[in-house]
Amino acid sequence: MSNAESVLKPMVVSPAQEAAKPLFDQVHAWIVTVDHKKLGLMYIGYGILFLVIGGIEATIMRIQLAIPNNHFVSPQTFNQLFTMHGTTMVFLVGMPLLFGFANYFVPLMIGARDMAFPRLNAFSFWMSALGGIILYFSFIGASGLYGAGSAPDVGWFAYAPLTAQAFSPGHSTDYWIIGLLVSGIGSIGTSLNIVTTALCMRCPGMTLGRMPLFVWLNLVMSAMVLIVISPLTAAQIMLLIDRYLGGHFFDTQAGGSAVIWMHFFWIFGHPEVYVLIIPGFAFVSEIIPVFSRKPIFGYAIMVAATLSIGFLSLGVWAHHMFTIGMTSYANAFFTASTMAVGVPTGIKIFNWLGTMWGGKIRFTIPMMFCIAFLFQFLIAGLTGIMLAASPFDWQLGSSYFVVAHFHYVLIGGLVFTIFAALYYWYPKVTGRMWNETLGKWHFWLFLIGFHLTFDFMHIPGVLGMPRRIYTYEAGRGWEIWNLIISLGVIFQIVGILFWVVNSVWSYFKGKPAGNDPWDAWTLEWATTSPPPDYNFAKIPMVRSRRPLWDLKHPEDPDWKYE
Amino acid sequence: MRGYLAIAALCTGAAKLVFATSAAGPDIPSIFSPASTPADSIYRLSLFVLAICGAIFLVVFSLLVYSVVKFRRRPSDDGREPPQIYGSNQMELAWTVIPVLIVVVLFLATARVIHAVEDARFPPGTTEITAVGHQFWWEFQYPEQGFITANEVHVPVSDAKHPTPTHITLLSADTDHSFWVPKLAGKTDLIPNRTNSMWIDPHETGVYVGQCAQYCGTQHAKMLLRVIVESREDFDRWIAGQRQPVQHVDSVARGRQVFETTACVNCHTVSGTNAGGKFGPDLTHLMSRETIAAGAALNTRENLKLWVKDPDTIKPGSLMPAMQLDEHDLDAVTDYLLSLH
Amino acid sequence: MAATTIAIPPAEMPLAHELRGRVGMWCLIAAESAIFSIFVVAYLYYSGKSLSGPTPREVLHVPIFNSICLFSSSFTIVMAERAIARGKTRLFGIWWLFTIALGTIFILGTAREWYHLIYDEGLTISSSLFGTTFYSLVGLHAFHVIVGLTGLSIIMIFTALGVVKQEHSPRIEVFAMYWHFVDAVWVVVLTVVYFIAR
Repeated sequence: MSNAESVLKPMVVSPAQEAAKPLFDQVHAWIVTVDHKKLGLMYIGYGILFLVIGGIEATIMRIQLAIPNNHFVSPQTFNQLFTMHGTTMVFLVGMPLLFGFANYFVPLMIGARDMAFPRLNAFSFWMSALGGIILYFSFIGASGLYGAGSAPDVGWFAYAPLTAQAFSPGHSTDYWIIGLLVSGIGSIGTSLNIVTTALCMRCPGMTLGRMPLFVWLNLVMSAMVLIVISPLTAAQIMLLIDRYLGGHFFDTQAGGSAVIWMHFFWIFGHPEVYVLIIPGFAFVSEIIPVFSRKPIFGYAIMVAATLSIGFLSLGVWAHHMFTIGMTSYANAFFTASTMAVGVPTGIKIFNWLGTMWGGKIRFTIPMMFCIAFLFQFLIAGLTGIMLAASPFDWQLGSSYFVVAHFHYVLIGGLVFTIFAALYYWYPKVTGRMWNETLGKWHFWLFLIGFHLTFDFMHIPGVLGMPRRIYTYEAGRGWEIWNLIISLGVIFQIVGILFWVVNSVWSYFKGKPAGNDPWDAWTLEWATTSPPPDYNFAKIPMVRSRRPLWDLKHPEDPDWKYE
Repeated sequence: MRGYLAIAALCTGAAKLVFATSAAGPDIPSIFSPASTPADSIYRLSLFVLAICGAIFLVVFSLLVYSVVKFRRRPSDDGREPPQIYGSNQMELAWTVIPVLIVVVLFLATARVIHAVEDARFPPGTTEITAVGHQFWWEFQYPEQGFITANEVHVPVSDAKHPTPTHITLLSADTDHSFWVPKLAGKTDLIPNRTNSMWIDPHETGVYVGQCAQYCGTQHAKMLLRVIVESREDFDRWIAGQRQPVQHVDSVARGRQVFETTACVNCHTVSGTNAGGKFGPDLTHLMSRETIAAGAALNTRENLKLWVKDPDTIKPGSLMPAMQLDEHDLDAVTDYLLSLH
Repeated sequence: MAATTIAIPPAEMPLAHELRGRVGMWCLIAAESAIFSIFVVAYLYYSGKSLSGPTPREVLHVPIFNSICLFSSSFTIVMAERAIARGKTRLFGIWWLFTIALGTIFILGTAREWYHLIYDEGLTISSSLFGTTFYSLVGLHAFHVIVGLTGLSIIMIFTALGVVKQEHSPRIEVFAMYWHFVDAVWVVVLTVVYFIAR
């Protein structure tokens, strides 16, 4: 580790001096910053804030659904809750958290001082933030359907013609549209930045074939965002034209088509879920090797598989539309393409398995989250294959089986990897180690809660319970399962509380972490914890995929084998 | 990792419970209790898909458990790094080719069922029904028999040897809806400006429940479905009853007058009278139905009165306004409605 | 062992930092192309499906002069790029002015066409599916032209103030990529609206 440390010069301003500045100056520095690390942390903080808000929305829904014919909230409120919960989690939690990590670590991992366009970076963050504020302002500012309150209540995929002026008068739908349009501008800006940074800013010696998988996967994700957010933007502009300029894009009374909204939305919506999970794969692809003490198994294949997933995911969207009455040929095509995209995804699971195989696995908290991810993502992928078989989807689509499936992928998959990443890189960002015991409590409570809720959630779907209903009939066999599902929420909340307490406590009282507490191999561990503003005193030069391995094992460097 | 095995056992137990419950209670609309050919074809396909997915799960799950147990760092570890393996082209090939083959097999099995259900041909004697989705109720037209009803649809039972299926054309008057009665068929959406199609051929008489499965607005949750499958005789008798115009009962003349002079006629139809509104359900044979408000409440005097007085008490957000009738008129109208057999 | 200075093997060096602007602009072009594609798909999907109102065949006339102006502006902007690359700022300014003029003629021509369609033919964004898709697609393009003209004008002002120099030539090239993109989109829109979906 001392070899890596000699790269450094003393920081210009010491942390003690930094902390002594007046509070106003410190806050101001954060507001005007163009530093990728600060922006990254702001993205992450923003995402965590909305994770809590979205979680509260979910909790209220689960209380309402715990028993049949409940009156905890009105139908109008419930419909707003599931709309806001879905929109929040995808756009205000998932995207910001993932952009936050990419922002912080892509430049560090490629040995750069910042992103390609620092000012664009700041602009994009603030646009994303503004989008979320606009969306949530709807709770107090918009007027909606009579008696319906204010926040949008059209579902996160806002099917036409429910979103037409005739069926959604007032402005609640407009807040959904504009909040996301603004936030989308931020997403395009950040993705543009990540692509340019990864392609143009790598340190000497770092060819594309030597980039960490984290950078590769964020590169693919960002390239996808560029192409994939645009259909949503276009469809939302069309919807605004319908609502305010008398357009007929989705006006079924004038010959318009409700189905074309579905096509446009899902051409965005399906690749979007791959956009969300690919950075999760990125985290896992860095963490599993370090705690198995082996390099990632099949680096080139992992890159190829990711590119395939990115490409194939553009051709599966109508599996969200199996029930709309497409021809048998169309249904068959999308069944085939959806099953096909499972192949490269499965390959990745096998490669992670191959990484652990023959290794010396250390069960640190990040590794435990990664291992849980592997089991859970396997199950989620398999329920996805089930849904891909379109006749099976004719029964299970739009039911709680689908809700279980996508929460399995997004929580059991993505959120678990995000927790892994939060624990893994916490020492780098704060310079402190977290508390092991609190971390274990978090992990086990959250695991139990997740499984209680989402394992059992598959069952009501199989028993005929559709989604997006604020209550349900007694006597359909759904009661006991809904109760268990709701109980699981309690464990998840307590688990997350442990994490919050751990993060805050450790920031002040944690053991100093040093540069490289995990004995890892990518460039971010070659600088201090936290890194100085300029990242590296001297831009590094690399010769393999694991530059720090080469430094630590000069007798057996990677570049001999790559 | 014992935690995982416990959870897996719990899930298997739960699955067994599901199958047990689905075989029980007639009102549990389980997709694993098919009573009609489309649902049955899907059920068989689902068993095949589940079997394959189950096998994949067992294999990969076991490998994951094994690797996590066998390759964990032991306390006695000497601190040396394990052999640094970078990959293996043979393994990559193996775990690409085998999944591709599995996908091909699954696809072929699936394509067969897609075709069988979607491209089915209907024999003469098929009952034709047109379903029109509204916010938040179902209109059912029987074009060949010449009448319209709402929310509860009667179909004849179908004998496997001489099938008499029912073909349903699906339309929508406003937003997207979806017709889902799990025991009878997969769901098909009702989309405005689009004509969709589905069919069922129930093998056993009985009442099959379902509900709207595509979010259509505030009261999507209470847009319930009842499919009453009857023997041929019972079905014909029901048809004959529905084709009758309303019989005028003198004792409810007052209620009828209230009905016909208030705004009721703007939304509702009672055939044989001047009530010809199309926005709300046809009430001509209201009392032949077991429920009102698309299944939101049982069809009783109290519920009818409550519904007319203020629909929001039963189904808040439904599109029927509270009619602001005084108690006297309210009673009279309720009596009138109760006469519509 | 010395810090991270390891002998660099004779493999390729990563893409130079100077390419940032071009890569970034390609990313923007990719995103914008995706937006336009969706509007084109909607246009094609709805062609012939209007329930009422004038048809394209009845009211659309190929805007030949406008299109020639816009395409020529791509030529003039290339000439401007070459001028500034050689340090000839005055010549650059002249070609740049021509570009703005040609782009402005295009926008004015579009405005004239729309005036005629709205007031003489009764085709508006709300009158039919054709109206909705036509004004949206052509309007989206016109909006991008206006954004381009705004950028061109800002650079024109900087040129007039003597601020623009030869060393800014790469940035001019990156901006010109946007203008060429706007032109390329017009090729597609022109073909689809005025030729294919008549």
